Amino acid sequence: MPDILDPYRPRASLLHRADPRVKVVVAVASIVVTAALPLGAWPSYVLLLAAILALAVSARLGVGFTLTRGLIAAPFALAALPLVFSTPGAPLGSLRLGPLALDATVPGLERFLSVLAKSYLSVQFAILLTATTRFTELLAAVRALRVPRLLVAVFGLMWRYMFLFVHEVNRLRIARDARSADIGPKSGGTLAWRARVTGGMVGNLFVRGYERSERVYQAMLARGYDGEVRTLPMGRLSASQYGILAGSMAILAFLAVLGILFG
Amino acid sequence: MERAPLIEVDNLSFRYPDGQQALNGVSLRVYEGERVAIVGPNGAGKSTLILHLNGILGSEDGRVRVAGLPVAGEHVKRVRALVGLVFQDPDDQLFSPTVFEDVAYGPLYMGLPEGEVRRRVSRALAAVGMEGYADRVPHRLSAGEKKRIALATVLAMEPSVLVLDEPTAGLDPRGRRMLIRLLGTMTQTMIVSTHDLLMVRDLFPRMVILDRGRVVADGPTADLLRDQALLEAHGLELP
Amino acid sequence: MSGNAVVSSVLALGRIAGGYGPSGGSQPMHIPDGFLSVPVSILFWVVSIVVIGYALRRVSRELDERKVPLLAVLAAVIFAGQMLNFTVTGGTSGHLLGATLAAALLGPWAAMVVMTAVVSIQALLFQDGGILVLGANLFNMAIVGVLVGYGAYQLLLRAFGNRRWALPVSGFVAAWLSIFVAALSCALQLAASGTSPANVSVPAMGGIHALIGIGEGLITAGALVFVLAARPDLAAPAAKATAGQKALWIGGVALAVVLAVLSPLASAYPDGLEWVAEQHGFLEAAREPLYNIIPDYVFPGIANEAVATIVAGVLGALVVAAAAYLVAQGVRRRATQQ
Repeated sequence: MPDILDPYRPRASLLHRADPRVKVVVAVASIVVTAALPLGAWPSYVLLLAAILALAVSARLGVGFTLTRGLIAAPFALAALPLVFSTPGAPLGSLRLGPLALDATVPGLERFLSVLAKSYLSVQFAILLTATTRFTELLAAVRALRVPRLLVAVFGLMWRYMFLFVHEVNRLRIARDARSADIGPKSGGTLAWRARVTGGMVGNLFVRGYERSERVYQAMLARGYDGEVRTLPMGRLSASQYGILAGSMAILAFLAVLGILFG
Repeated sequence: MERAPLIEVDNLSFRYPDGQQALNGVSLRVYEGERVAIVGPNGAGKSTLILHLNGILGSEDGRVRVAGLPVAGEHVKRVRALVGLVFQDPDDQLFSPTVFEDVAYGPLYMGLPEGEVRRRVSRALAAVGMEGYADRVPHRLSAGEKKRIALATVLAMEPSVLVLDEPTAGLDPRGRRMLIRLLGTMTQTMIVSTHDLLMVRDLFPRMVILDRGRVVADGPTADLLRDQALLEAHGLELP
Repeated sequence: MSGNAVVSSVLALGRIAGGYGPSGGSQPMHIPDGFLSVPVSILFWVVSIVVIGYALRRVSRELDERKVPLLAVLAAVIFAGQMLNFTVTGGTSGHLLGATLAAALLGPWAAMVVMTAVVSIQALLFQDGGILVLGANLFNMAIVGVLVGYGAYQLLLRAFGNRRWALPVSGFVAAWLSIFVAALSCALQLAASGTSPANVSVPAMGGIHALIGIGEGLITAGALVFVLAARPDLAAPAAKATAGQKALWIGGVALAVVLAVLSPLASAYPDGLEWVAEQHGFLEAAREPLYNIIPDYVFPGIANEAVATIVAGVLGALVVAAAAYLVAQGVRRRATQQ
């Protein structure tokens, strides 16, 4: 049963089996290239989307899943909306809000849509990465890529206890809602009271977290923890993995050149 | 029979920083191969005593010795490999992202080479009947599964002594029976702190009653369980 | 009310109503990929790596071996705490970032590491914030949010002294300020990337987060009060502060002041930041002052949005300056008494 907090979808696929270090590097490179593509480089955008869909299908993630998960950043699109009206060029139409005339332009719309497209594509790469890679492998990859061990250890332990505390929060929320009958316009207490209740819950979580961390520390000590972060090393990359890496980079380079030519 | 005790506690007293006097001159000797249950009401000091056995709590005055080593200073690391402590709440014990990493933690921190670490993980998981669980994530396990994996995390260190804090707490009857059966198969010297007197009667021939930081009784389980007055005086009850 | 203000307000309302929150999509300060230019992204990656690297070293030195379990579990708490929201009005809800709370209870460096973990995991696992832009998001939330919140909190706490309400009020103001200033930083990044002109992004982000900041402030205050009651040992600030620590507080507040002053300036003169923008085809557009394209009408009774931002920024700066002055007075008085 998929967990809302865990994006990993176990399947048997090439993408799932690929070395996590390669996947992380390719995903990040893809996002960088996508961001660097000029606005309006539609051929590149389309080809990237095609590549993403192909990967999603080969990883058995489902086209529908892929397409809809990408909409997560959609609300932020509003931040770029002014581009439609602020870019000079061939007029598209006018929006009248009272005494106000906002002139939309064709280049403006193109710019806005480009930002949306690039954002959507970038999110897809991140989704592909996390859906096909176990979190513990992501950690190992990130550690191999020289992120400080202390930070990675904190990530790992945080992830482990994230589920516990989210579970806790859900319980607290249910308990709070059970006691918060909506009986009309005067119900719900004052804003200050509601905030204090919520603040109290957060404070409660904090204290419990602190106490939990004491016990976890003791459990770590009992098994030999000495302040150092120790892990098993990842093996060397095989030739085929290097092949995947090189191939992906070549494709990205091609799409980048294509984008510059047609952007 | 003049063999040296594996665990020796000599007139141990302990006061928490907030002033609570948890232990008051506790003395205890456990020999190799014994199975001892420490029972007593809440607040008796059972957990505090246990935390002294591997140096998580303690002072430097050598009042606790394991295999002849004082549980202090440079010896603490060795002691922690000898004394495997299983905590009451498996969510405290299972702190790694996967079962494999949790069970591998002990051997890894003992400095063992990778091949040996992997071997020990397989053996430990097999010993608790949890083969195939290596890639699982701890937050998806049931309470019984967590308890068994928690035991595996300690078994992987191949300790001489197993110390368990409330092993059957929080388990449903089936989980409890499985765990008791599992504990029965363990060959190590074993010390438990528990309220579960039925388990004590079945598995632990020796019983130590702790109350208000003092040892009030230390003897054969069968005899002590017959002494109703003694049990009642210290908040114990045979169901 | 000018055209810019209309657009800003529409955006602000749109975003608030768009269902923000960890359970329903991305949060308003977590910038997704594609919205910042590559140069801006890289710049903030460099800055964040340097600062967070320093924070990691400080944490390694100051906390003992228990730092990994402590920071990790508290990061999990903050992550989970961000899912606790409460209704501010009808459709809007307030929820927590937690930077100020973490800083108040753990100190700035540990708080930076905690917030780094929270923001990174959100970006990596939940696409709540992009990966290339993670450096910028970390800057806003883990660095600016923490430093401003910490600096303001410590100064205000000392300014208010031993009064019963010192803790919650300091927490409220510091948390509000940290959110507001982090939002300004975010708006400036958007403007510098050419995604959203400063005269829209600053008022919009500032406006939204002036509101959201109220929720942050209230929850932070409530949490601090609880922690103080349940575990006073965790809530009490250090009695004596070193010169280095005081410098840090002043630094945090100075950061707030800089951003608060920079933002209205950028908003009034978006050309300055447009010069930094570097998208293909965008440099041509940048030649025309953007705010001339939207005509400037004035509605009676409603102030110009740039003025509103300036007022907010100046007010914040005044509050903090006043606090700093009071502290300085207090310190001097105590020194003469000895």
